[in-house]
Parts: sequence; structure tokens; C-alpha cells
Amino acid sequence: MDSTLQDEAQELHRRRWDRVLSVASPLLLLALWEVLSRAELIDTRFFSRPSWILTTFWDLLVSGELVRHVVISLMRVLVGFTVAAVPGVILGLTMGLFRPVRAAVEPIIAALYPIPKLALLPLLLLIFGTGETFKIMTIALGCVLLITVNTLAGVVNIDPVYLDVARNFGAGRRDFYLTVALPGALPVIFTGLKLGMGVALLLIVAAEMIGARSGIGYMIWTSYQIFDLEQMYVGLLLMAFFGYVSTLFINLLERWIIPWKRS
Amino acid sequence: MTVPEKIRADGVHKVFRTRRGRIVALKDVNFSLAEGRFLAVVGPSGCGKTTLLRILAGLERCSAGRVHIRHDDPAKPATAMVFQEQSVLPWMTVRENIGYGLRLRRAAPDHIRRVVDYYLEVIGLADFADAYPYQLSGGMKQRVSVARAFAVDPEVLLMDEPFAALDEQNKMLLQEQLLKIWEGTGKTVVYITHSIDEALYLSDQVLIMTAGPGTVKEVIDVNLPRPRDIGSLRRDPVFIALFERIWLLLRQEVLRARQQAGDRTG
Repeated sequence: MDSTLQDEAQELHRRRWDRVLSVASPLLLLALWEVLSRAELIDTRFFSRPSWILTTFWDLLVSGELVRHVVISLMRVLVGFTVAAVPGVILGLTMGLFRPVRAAVEPIIAALYPIPKLALLPLLLLIFGTGETFKIMTIALGCVLLITVNTLAGVVNIDPVYLDVARNFGAGRRDFYLTVALPGALPVIFTGLKLGMGVALLLIVAAEMIGARSGIGYMIWTSYQIFDLEQMYVGLLLMAFFGYVSTLFINLLERWIIPWKRS
Repeated sequence: MTVPEKIRADGVHKVFRTRRGRIVALKDVNFSLAEGRFLAVVGPSGCGKTTLLRILAGLERCSAGRVHIRHDDPAKPATAMVFQEQSVLPWMTVRENIGYGLRLRRAAPDHIRRVVDYYLEVIGLADFADAYPYQLSGGMKQRVSVARAFAVDPEVLLMDEPFAALDEQNKMLLQEQLLKIWEGTGKTVVYITHSIDEALYLSDQVLIMTAGPGTVKEVIDVNLPRPRDIGSLRRDPVFIALFERIWLLLRQEVLRARQQAGDRTG
């Protein structure tokens, strides 16, 4: 018994040490950056200085400009993502439930899937101009196939006995969608949504760099053009934050929507 | 006394087409079952028992011949099936699972709640009403699946080795519980099993199937009084005689099935 207590104490100690390390190491890196920059051991024209970036960050925040860019980018990602997710999930479920639909649609998806989404930007610019529709459609088209493919995989992986249960109780078409295919595919659908979110962040920056007057991508690009390095670093920092928050958000959503999943 | 016929199978054939060619699963299966009777089906592995049950459940079609289930009350479903494997829906709570069939039949919500509450008591899972299947043991899950089938109040209950995956003690408890729920409902039951003990304990008639392609070898009446006691039943001379008779019939078929398997691999 004594020895178990000792083990426990040791384990606790080790965990606390882990936490200290994971907070200290990024701070240490920042300090090192600051020191190197002040000692002029790194070129501040390219690598700036943490304290300068922080000052710029504060100024942008106070002026309200930062919030404006963040909010508009967030809206574009959310709307574009929703525009992709709804038809993507419905199409994926339908392909999974009805074999002829799958046979007809799968080769088309297989052909379109490998096209790098960035290659679509010029075409989308031609079609939609540089308005909001362009940014939203870029994200939507970039994510929709990913979501469809993952939804299909989710339905295909459902144990057929669950479909038999539904059929035996006289399930209608709607019941197959809502009580078996959708809930059964949800875990894999979420995998698709997570991958899609990564693609969406990539595309929003690209779309805002070439066809926008606002947003984080626009902010980063204009910083380059006017050589405002600090502002550029703020933009990069925001993207990192963006990615972190969106992953957190999807994970929370997943835990809320799939309470039946063994953790 | 003549009890009206509930299930009738006339010359049922079932052929599966696979990449390796045609497989005859059922060949000229004929039997009939009177209303309210409990039929146990035994036979060697791969003899098409499950296929027969799936045809009765409407999950497969006959390749030739037909099955007829007399459907008297349109308010009730003709059949409900309890599956062999884990078939409780993982994304629904115990309560939602038991009420699932009723929900699909568009029953009124308060009717569903009453029926589900009743069966939660009967199967002893009232405390687990809002638990998800991953929080339940195998035995609890099978109880949910039995309750789900009873809840829709079907005219015929189809059960495919529902307790096969459970340990011996749990199996015996659940068999007892099943008889308790069933007695008094007047439901016709078709129950597939590997175990002669189980067949004799539960049923009014035992249908023995031949090795594949499956067909009816013999139907034997089980003249043991109810209610039956699982402990004393095994010492009953009638039980012992029936057990021996069924085992002799089954033994031939199991040996034939083994020989077929040998031919296929050899």
C-alpha cells in the first residue's frame, strides 16, 4: 500500500512537471527570439521582434481593425463550410443507402477529387468576381467532396444488422436516413469535418489574398505589399489561433452530438 | 382442439448467387405452426436456419415457394426479430432502443413511454433507461433487444440464437425471463438455437433441419408441462428421452455437415 501511494505521488509530480514544461517552453522560445533580435543576431527586417509584434497587435486591436478582419474571415469560413456540409452529408448518405446513386456518382467524385483546390481559384474568380460569393464558394467547393467521401465511408461502415433492424420494424426512407445512416455515420462524418476545416483555413487565406478587401488573408497580403512586417506576424499569429479555436470548436461539437461514443 | 394455423412454409427454396457460384441454402422447406406455439429450430451450422428466419421476417425473399404468416390485426406488426449478434443501436439510449420499433410505427409518444416503462421494469433495466449501449454488459444488451421486439407487440416473434453469445448462467436466467414474458402473451415464436437443452426447455415443438442445403428432417412435439423449471427438467424422463431422440437425429446431420466441409476443403 505504501508503495502504491508513493507511485501515485510520483505520477502526480511527473504530471505537474509536464504541465510546467509545456507552458515554459513556448515562453522560453519567445524570450530567446526577443534576446536574439535585441542583440541583432537575427535580421529584424525579416524576423521582427516579439515586443514590436505585441505593440502592433495592441494597436490593431484598439483601433477595431483586427476584430473586423477576424470576424469577416470567420463568417466566410462558417458560411462556406455550412454550404459544403449540408449537401455533402446528404449526398454521402444517399450514396451509402442507394447503390445505383453510388455507382453513378462515385466515378465523378473520383475524377474531381485529386484536383488541388487552389487550382480552382482563377475559374471561380471568373465566375463570381471578387465578391463574397467568390470566397464562400471557394471554401464550399474545396470542402464538399471531402465531406461527401467521409460521409459515404461512414455509412458503408455501419454494421448491416442495424439496417436489418430498421427494415424489420418497417422503416420508411426518412427513417433510414435519420435513425440509422446519419447517426451511424456521424463519427466518420466528423473526421471529414475536421479535415475539411483544415482545407477551409488554407483556402480562406488564399482567396482573401487574391480577391478581397478584408479578412486575415488580405491583412497578411497587404502587410507584404507595404512591408509592415509586424502586422504580417500578427496575421500569422491569428491564423494559428484560428486553427486552434476551430479544432476546439469541432471537438466540443463532436462530444455534444455523439454522446454515445466510447471515449 | 384445433388451433388455427399461424405460419406456413410451402416448398421454400433459397439460392444465393456468389462469386464462387450458386449456393443452395434451403431446399423444399415445408412446415406449419399453429397460433401461440413456440417452435425451436435446431440444425448443424450452415444449414440455413438463419436464412429461413430472415425469410419469415421479410428480410430475404424465397427463390421459389412461399411463406405465409396469417396477419390478423393490422394494428400489430406481423413479425419482430431478435438478432443473433449485438443489434442494439449504439447511438440510442436504452429507452430509445426499446421504443424504436414503436417510433417507426408512428405510435403516440405517451403510448411509447408507457410501453417502454413497462418493459424497463420487466427486464430490470429501469435504472439504465438513459444509458447508452456501450455502458451495458452483453446480457443487458440482449435483454434490451428482446424488449424492443416485445414492445411492438408482434403477432410472431422471431429469435435467432439471441443468447448464444452469453455465458451459461446469464443464458439460463434470460431463458427463464423470456418464458415469463412470453407466457400469457399468446405470441407465436420461432426460436433458433444450437442447444437441445434450450430447445426442450423453451419450446412446444422442435424442428430439426438437415445439413445444407437445409430442409426439414423432422418435427418433434415437446410434451412437457408448463410452467417448466430449468433445474428439475433435466431429470424428467420425458426430457431425457426427447433429448436422446433429437440428438440422434441431429448427430447424423452434424456428421454429414462435417463431411461436406471436408469435401469442400479436400
